[in-house]
Amino acid sequence: MDLQDQAVLDRGIDEGLEKLTPERIEKVIRHVLDNESAARLKVYLETCVHCGLCSEACHTYLSRDKDPDFAPVAKVKDTLWEMVKRKGRVDKDLLRRSARIAFTECGACRRCSMYCPFGIDIAYLIMTVRRICSLLQIVPQYLQDTTNSHAVTSNQMWVQADEWIDTLMWQEEDARDSFADARIPLDKEGAEVMYSVIAPEPKIMAQLLGNMAVIMKAANVDWTMPSADGWDNSNMAMYSGDFEVMGRVERAHWERARALKVERVVMGECGHAYRGAVYDGPKWLGWQKPPIPMIHAVEFYYELIHSGRLKIHRKITEPVTVQDPCNIVRGRGLHHKLRYVVNALCENFTDMDPRYEHNYCCAAGGGIINCGPPWKLSRMKSIRVKAEQMAATGAKICITPCHNCHSGIEDIIGHYKLGMHVSFINELLVKAIAEPQG
Amino acid sequence: MDIYEVVRGPLVWIAFLGLAGGVVVKLLLMASLAKKEKTVFPTMSASHGLRSILHWIMPWGSTNMRAWPVMTTVSFAFHLCLLVTPLFVMGHAVSWQQSWGISWWSLPALAADIMTLWVVCGGVFFLIRRLTAPEVRNVTTFKDVLLILLVISPYLTAFVAHEQWFNNDVMIVLHIVTGVLWMLAIPFTWLSHMFWFVFTRAYMGSEFGAVRNARDW
Repeated sequence: MDLQDQAVLDRGIDEGLEKLTPERIEKVIRHVLDNESAARLKVYLETCVHCGLCSEACHTYLSRDKDPDFAPVAKVKDTLWEMVKRKGRVDKDLLRRSARIAFTECGACRRCSMYCPFGIDIAYLIMTVRRICSLLQIVPQYLQDTTNSHAVTSNQMWVQADEWIDTLMWQEEDARDSFADARIPLDKEGAEVMYSVIAPEPKIMAQLLGNMAVIMKAANVDWTMPSADGWDNSNMAMYSGDFEVMGRVERAHWERARALKVERVVMGECGHAYRGAVYDGPKWLGWQKPPIPMIHAVEFYYELIHSGRLKIHRKITEPVTVQDPCNIVRGRGLHHKLRYVVNALCENFTDMDPRYEHNYCCAAGGGIINCGPPWKLSRMKSIRVKAEQMAATGAKICITPCHNCHSGIEDIIGHYKLGMHVSFINELLVKAIAEPQG
Repeated sequence: MDIYEVVRGPLVWIAFLGLAGGVVVKLLLMASLAKKEKTVFPTMSASHGLRSILHWIMPWGSTNMRAWPVMTTVSFAFHLCLLVTPLFVMGHAVSWQQSWGISWWSLPALAADIMTLWVVCGGVFFLIRRLTAPEVRNVTTFKDVLLILLVISPYLTAFVAHEQWFNNDVMIVLHIVTGVLWMLAIPFTWLSHMFWFVFTRAYMGSEFGAVRNARDW
């Protein structure tokens, strides 16, 4: 138990709670338990023997000196067990606690499913709590803002249609510093690849788009980007529990790809957008799989380098390590391809321990970082193990092929004074493929 | 009809029928609920599900099991003895023979004694762990403690009866009554992990393997 975290004020949660009545609370909880969840929820709750063996899987539990309140099973006990036991007749204190736990102390990274002897999907149980909180409108303010943005603009950061196109044109121009005929082709029907990004790229990291134009040109890829809605599938609604908006975002994304008749979609360096597009979104929409194949940037870079379409001219010499993003490693098994790419680009690579599927989450994913400044200190306290894991590598650069990991690791480096930089592969790749001058 | 005949006759039938009926009803109910979730059955993959189950029924087959060697050893032996002893202990073999004329191999007396004691000691180990490990104590309810006591009771009473430490008739009756309660509790408490395990593990194995190309052990 951490009193400091419990005192955090969050208007999204606190003001939402004020508007709730006992009748509404009961109605919403019963609706989710009775109508929106079925076999999985019931079997998971019946099967759990309360053995606590999931505890050591959780970076929050480990980072907070093994405080039992932060064990995965305790997070379910303090939220969903109570809701089920009391058939939805719970008070506002329990709801406040549930919102804090579900949104800020569990990132749905699913590491604990690999430690539970029965394979109980604890992240799914926590997501059910988030769903209840979303329907009760007690979602952290900053996170809810991203969902509102999705609902209004279809992207996460209120990027307007003209800003989007303007940014692409600006980045196309920048890419021409490297290749005179570099392009960001918009709405090209039948292209081999539609490239998907998330809103932070045009909003605050536009150079990543220009970098991709350089990479695509260097590899001679037939690609395109959509000029209108459907370009951003970062999908924070998936994490706020607003599954209706999540479904809309994913549908818009896939419909755009279908309309462009592309052969496949390449998702930029973002883990949760990939998760949303490949399984959480389709699951909600009742699809077994996405209508068009999607690969993550890591797989794409792997293909380009492995096939020789991209030539590496100079390797990065500084010591590097790599963060295995949960949603593409535990969520897609890309750890070996990731290392192939990293080794192709860098001379001096040291792995973190543990790694691969067993790597610790960055504590930013799952919507936690999107809960914003009120929760930053709590987030930093929850991720000490990651700082220790990174420090042990002695690296100067931490490679993060995921936007949430990138921001989260940057915060960890600052908070724990690790003296490192954080980098996307995209940024290292443009340096590595640049042909030597003269 | 004396009490021994009642517990050995109708009560045992109630236990078997209750257990079998409870499990069947639960399975059917969950199968229909699983159909409501459109992606549960399509996600299931025999090879990935089986791969996961094999890793988790093999001692030390998963990372977490290797992290807790004592717990893993005690737990595996506990579950093995718990399942095997009642099926092959001499006393039960005699009952099968007398009631239904079925005869099969039975355990040597010493092995049965050791295995019975292992179940009791394993249960005590779990109880101690529940009360001393903070992360387990935090989520332990009174019902959890009662269930463990219920699970070890038939084994404890069987051992005491076998050793003839107290009134044998009383012990046999207690043994059957606790055994019946134990069997009836399986479908309706977390003892249901006995049969749910296969499905939860297979589903998670399928999600990890077939959908996410990753390992879950």
